[in-house]
Amino acid sequence: MRIALFVTCVNDLMFPDTGKAVVTVLERLGHQVEFPLDQTCCGQMHANSGYRAETLPLVDNFVRTFSAYDAIVAPSASCVAMVRESYPRLAPSPALESVASRTFELSEFLVDRLGVTDVGARFPHRVTYHPTCHGLRMLRLGDRPRQLLEAVEGLTLSPLSGAEECCGFGGTFALKNPGVSGAMLADKCAAVCDTGAEYLAAADNSCLTHIGGGLSRSSAPVTPIHYAQILASR
Amino acid sequence: MSGTGNIVTPLPFPTLARRELGDQQLRHNLRKATHTIRDKRLRVVGEVPDWEQLRMAGAAIKDDVLARLPSLLEQFEAAATAAGATVHWARDAAEACAVVADLVLATGTAEVVKVKSMATQEIGLNEALEAVGIHAVETDLAELIVQLADDTPSHILVPAIHYNRTQIRDIFLERMPGVDASSLTDDPPALAEAARRHLRARFLSTKVGISGANFAIADTGTLTVVESEGNGRMCLTLPETLISVVGIEKLLPTFADLEVFLQLLPRSSTGERMNPYTSLWTGVTPGDGPQTVHIVLVDNGRTDTLADPVGRQALRCIRCSACLNVCPVYERVGGHAYGSVYPGPIGAILSPQMSGEGANRTLPYASTLCGACFDACPVRIDIPQVLVHLRQSGVDASRGRPSAERTAMRTMSYVMRDRRRYAAALRAARRGAAPLRLVAGRRGALRRLPWPLSAWTSVRDAPLPPKQTFREWWTREHSS
Amino acid sequence: MSTPPDARTEILRRVRAAQPSSSAPVPRDYAADDGPAGVALVDLLVDRLEDYKATVRRCAAASLPATVASLLTGVPSVAVPPGLPAEWLSAYPGTVSRDEADALTVADLDAPGVAVVTGCAVAVAQTGTLILDASPDQGRRLLTLVPDHHICVVHTSQIVERLPAALRRLPDPTRPLTMISGPSATSDIELNRVEGVHGPRRLDVVIVA
Repeated sequence: MRIALFVTCVNDLMFPDTGKAVVTVLERLGHQVEFPLDQTCCGQMHANSGYRAETLPLVDNFVRTFSAYDAIVAPSASCVAMVRESYPRLAPSPALESVASRTFELSEFLVDRLGVTDVGARFPHRVTYHPTCHGLRMLRLGDRPRQLLEAVEGLTLSPLSGAEECCGFGGTFALKNPGVSGAMLADKCAAVCDTGAEYLAAADNSCLTHIGGGLSRSSAPVTPIHYAQILASR
Repeated sequence: MSGTGNIVTPLPFPTLARRELGDQQLRHNLRKATHTIRDKRLRVVGEVPDWEQLRMAGAAIKDDVLARLPSLLEQFEAAATAAGATVHWARDAAEACAVVADLVLATGTAEVVKVKSMATQEIGLNEALEAVGIHAVETDLAELIVQLADDTPSHILVPAIHYNRTQIRDIFLERMPGVDASSLTDDPPALAEAARRHLRARFLSTKVGISGANFAIADTGTLTVVESEGNGRMCLTLPETLISVVGIEKLLPTFADLEVFLQLLPRSSTGERMNPYTSLWTGVTPGDGPQTVHIVLVDNGRTDTLADPVGRQALRCIRCSACLNVCPVYERVGGHAYGSVYPGPIGAILSPQMSGEGANRTLPYASTLCGACFDACPVRIDIPQVLVHLRQSGVDASRGRPSAERTAMRTMSYVMRDRRRYAAALRAARRGAAPLRLVAGRRGALRRLPWPLSAWTSVRDAPLPPKQTFREWWTREHSS
Repeated sequence: MSTPPDARTEILRRVRAAQPSSSAPVPRDYAADDGPAGVALVDLLVDRLEDYKATVRRCAAASLPATVASLLTGVPSVAVPPGLPAEWLSAYPGTVSRDEADALTVADLDAPGVAVVTGCAVAVAQTGTLILDASPDQGRRLLTLVPDHHICVVHTSQIVERLPAALRRLPDPTRPLTMISGPSATSDIELNRVEGVHGPRRLDVVIVA
């Protein structure tokens, strides 16, 4: 099985450790990972902002870059949702649909394709998990990330109240409607702080940047972390 | 023809939202009410093992209606007419109001009682009737509260959701003629009792009732009103004349189709297994109910909406308001921020489509695309998909006009479609950020960014890129 | 008082011009048929009626008059539809006003203390819903609307599990139909349900085995 890592543009620039964590976990499980350097951005921000024409070249680039792989694994629920749910609507073609069907969010790949929940990680901390909207309602990740986290040695998972509510990020929404976004963020941050967790984990670094930015502003003692990095720890 | 009436927002959503956000009491009221109804809805939907199958059927029946709308409209008209009703047609809000006003004037009455109806709110009927000297009395408790307060509705199901019990008592004390101030507490049963006393005589004596309809059955010519308080039954049963204003998308092909929608609607709207009262009437029944029955079929932008292959699914809407109740944006700003009688997620896709290009352009952006609305929708309207589609239409319509956002999107698209340009841009971003680390200090985050990113740093810190991108790390690791 | 003559034509033309693609078949794999009838069905109906604050009495056919009379204790006058079996009220000592030839006025029905006794067409256990279809034992719609107290008699043979089966039992859907689930109520104040607004504030249901 040829596995490609689709790291996503946000992770490439801002969160390289998340990409490294995916490589670490998959290699620990005995798989070789490739990183096709032609990859760039899935075009989600363009598409969701209404810039279809500007999205299409990015769709083409994704399909070209990844068509040779059996599985494309990404540490971002929203980018995978873009590829799997939105690409076929934007530019339907057999080649595209084939690539889209082979694109997985990390927890889907680990739990469904590899049949693994215990990846041999150790993380002796109290963690709470925020299921990001696109993972929850577009990919229907369900409890896959939770299963993976519960199998981590030493980790205590604290339930997050109102977990299924959006954090208020929404891409350009945070800039176009900053007040509403900020009100949603304040409620999410309060819920996170109430858990008493040291770490806030999620499947999307974009949402974590948003919540983390709010936590940092109020000097809350909670560190945002992509769950892949927890799985890579030992 | 574009729709008119109370569906066009007077100000952009961000402006109205900012104003509403400042009202702490409103935020508190909305939070309490929406969370109450969310829990109730989840409980009663969870009781129905075939809920998903009902949703699929509901969506398909409505799509079938839209596909066969011309023949179903003619079938409905023929059946209703044969049963003794008179059917009228109206292209827009003004025409619908004129039809109703003429019908009421012909009866010689100066007052009408109204069942809560979105269609009549949409066309601005009360104002139009007032202009010709007819007073329309709202009889639904929430509509009555809004009318007494001289306010506008802020929710599809509960137009007064923005008021709490104490505020409602204060409105009654100040504005309800003849209210018994000594006995009126803010206990909800006491408030309901006050409304009962206030409206009782009017129900029993008013000659003309005005309603909308939840469903119009094509094969029988039947209209349906789903309600709770009995005010609907009063208005539909006791007056001599009944005028119902019905959007052309309200049709169902057959009476049997109600078996789907009367399961979907109550559980989705009030979170009840069944609402207390559902009334169905077919034209005129001698000796029982109004003996003069009119039906006004209204377009008002619906055919425009129908013409859009992606956007037309909004016409499946049965006005349950489940999408409002689960929407995190609606919960913070309330209905008035949407500037239309149709607020919340459904309003953000319905109002712009009904009103046509130009107006309401900010509404499709009033969402984080979190998807909670689609999950709650009993007829599976993919609201996020339509929001993105409408954003596309807006962007396409304004191509050629200068825009900083478009320039940024074009530039990013150009850079990101090529690996070398993309890698160079990442490198530049990483290097450009290096001096900022001094500013960021120990927490490694920025507290203030220039416009337009200042919107981000208004309440959140912004992170800085680390010293090495992922691809730089990968290339270094795999070069040896 | 007619609509401008071309509104109908223009709307139909516009609908045709916007014509969506041909319609697809409707998937009807929801539960359309009832499970087996039985005691559980009656228990379910009782549970659902009581959940929405209706009072429920169960009795054998022979004790129906006594049950109805006991629910009418202290009620001076009762309105009944033209075809209500006289026997149901044979144990009631007060005045019975029968709505023959639409004799009863709104004022009669609005008088203090008036109750109404009716039958029903069908009852839906799953939702606690009584469906009235203006049959002779149910009468005109205002009978069950204006009085503040409604007693509805349901025979167990009239109980179905789900709404689809109930709608199929109605002989003529074009009669005036009223579906009643509990006494009148509102959720308009903070989205909490409170009983008792414009419709009858007291709903008693007698289930006859």
